[in-house]
Order: sequence, then C-alpha cells, then structure tokens
Amino acid sequence: MLESKDITMRFGKTVAVDHISLRLEPGHIYALLGPNGSGKTTWMKLAAGLLKPASGEMLWNGQPVGIESRKEIAYMSTEPYFYNWMTAGGVGKYYADFFGDYDAERFADLLDRMELTPELKVKEMSSGMLAKLKIAVTMARRAKVWLLDEPFNGIDLLARDEIARLIVESVDKDAILAMSSHLVEEMEAVADKAVFIKKGVLAESWDLEELRQETGLSMADRYREVYSRQKGV
Amino acid sequence: MRFDPMIPIWAQVVEQLQLDMVTGRLQPGSKMPSGRDLAVRFTINPNTAARVYQEMESLGLCEPRRGLGTFVTEDAGRIEALRRQMAEDALNRFLVSLAGLGMTPADAVAMLREHEQDAQ
Repeated sequence: MLESKDITMRFGKTVAVDHISLRLEPGHIYALLGPNGSGKTTWMKLAAGLLKPASGEMLWNGQPVGIESRKEIAYMSTEPYFYNWMTAGGVGKYYADFFGDYDAERFADLLDRMELTPELKVKEMSSGMLAKLKIAVTMARRAKVWLLDEPFNGIDLLARDEIARLIVESVDKDAILAMSSHLVEEMEAVADKAVFIKKGVLAESWDLEELRQETGLSMADRYREVYSRQKGV
Repeated sequence: MRFDPMIPIWAQVVEQLQLDMVTGRLQPGSKMPSGRDLAVRFTINPNTAARVYQEMESLGLCEPRRGLGTFVTEDAGRIEALRRQMAEDALNRFLVSLAGLGMTPADAVAMLREHEQDAQ
C-alpha cells in the first residue's frame, strides 16, 4: 500500500500540496484529477520519493519512500528526460542499468506496439514519439507501483487506445497504477478510482462505478462540478 | 466498444455479452475469456471485468468451473428467456418513446400493421 499521511509541500510561499491523506491499494487504477497547478505533479513526485515533504509522510508498505522504494515504484514525469545522443534502444539499456525490475523483452514488445524502432534517435523523434518512448520504457519495468504523469499528452488517438490497453493489462492484483491526465475521457473506463485534488487539497475520492450508479455522473461530469468557478472555492 | 460514462461500465459490458449470447456469437457451453482478457478486450478496469462475471453468474448466464474458467450456460431455455426479456425491454422503450409523442399502444399496433403492409 502507498500511503500519503497528512503530507504538505511548499515552494516558497506557495503551498503545492496541503495536508493530503490518501491510501492507494494494490489492484486498483487511480485517476488523479485537477486543473493545472492543483498539485497532482507535486504529489506524484512526493510519492516517487523525489521531493522531501515539508510535513507529513509518504509510506510505501509502511516505510518512508526514498532510494529503496524507487526500486519498486516507477515514475514517469511530464518532461522528457532522455539525452539527445541516445537511441530508443539505448534508452532501454540505460533503464536496464538502473532498475532491477526492467524487462528488456517487454520493452522490445512495447516499442513495437508504440510503432517505434530501437534504432530511432532521440534527437530525431517528434514530441509524440518521445511521449510514446517514455511510456514504453516506464511500463517495461515490472514495477509494483506506476505513477504516470500525463501518459496521454501529445499522443495520437490510436496510440492512446494502445496505452489504455497496456495499462489495463499491466495492473494485476498486486500492482498499483496512478495517472494524471487532462484527457479525462481516456481514463473513464480504465480507472476504477478517481481522486480530485483542488488547490493542493484532497477534495474528493470516488469509486467510479459507484459514482455512476449513485449519481448518474461520469468522472468528467463530476470534474466539472468540483472545479466549476460558479460553485465557489 | 464505446461506453456511456454516465452508466456503470459493468452494466454496459453485461448487456453486450447478453446480446452476444442471444445472437449466437457466444454459444451455449462455450468458454468465456478470463477476467483479464475481458478487461483487455473491452479496455476496462480489471475490477470492472470481475464485476461483469459476478453479475452474469448471478443471472444464471455463466458458470465458473473450478480450475477451468467461466463458461456460458448450457441451458438453452435460459438464453431463450433472456431473448424474450431483451425483446420486452426493447418493446417498453419503444412504447415509452411513442407515449412521449402522445400515442397509445393501440396506435403503435396500427402503425406496425401499416409498416408491415408497406414492406410487403
């Protein structure tokens, strides 16, 4: 279990994450929702152990996240992080050196599904191709937790469908996947839990099938209700 | 398959599978995909897929066999009853839309007769 216990993060005077308590359980796919600047990315970086919280803790199976948890928690950031001189295949090798849970065979398969080849050079790839490479190499890890920040951004429709399938088939009963996306529709059927973050605060969390059954609302409808300006702060 | 995100996804998949049973795309006694395969095939959350099978089992349309997976019922009568029930649902929806236009079931019958004659 990944547990965020009353966690707060500040950048100067800005409170990016404000006392968020949240438990992510194995066997579930979480959609993290919120407008730009609501704190999703900061929360993910805290969960990945890349930022130290101002207060509160982030626990992975009861232990604070850090160097050890990074062996089991795969994080994909929004910004590209590959060197220009690398090839797609080279990016895989780089991951193989860093992560014990990296599966080279799976990477080869995922590259193919993303319609990329190992010979492609990073400096010659479009932003969409780089986004697909990021997904392929992140999901090639046999991780216990995947944290995907904007996995559908800048990616064409068919590849987005392929990514949704890939997410569904990757999350078994022992794994956790959390993703943020502004493409809410892409996540409707794939996620089973939705977490709404508003101005750094956990606003609501839902089981999505219960949301539909109890309120007749989709995740996108609920998003509009939670963040609509007319409803006040 | 495209889903209506305002209606529980499991219910929409159950409906699709029921249609497949009635039209014979899913034959009585045949093996159903595993929960995981169903999730991938429909691109739905695996927990939603598990719920689909729970529902199909409680409706008597599927049965789990230990160690072998889930199978479509061999009871042809059950599938016939399902066809009947789906037809009744369709009929009710039809009558509700006609009622919304201010027409009675008797008007509907008259229209159906007319329609049938036109077709011949």
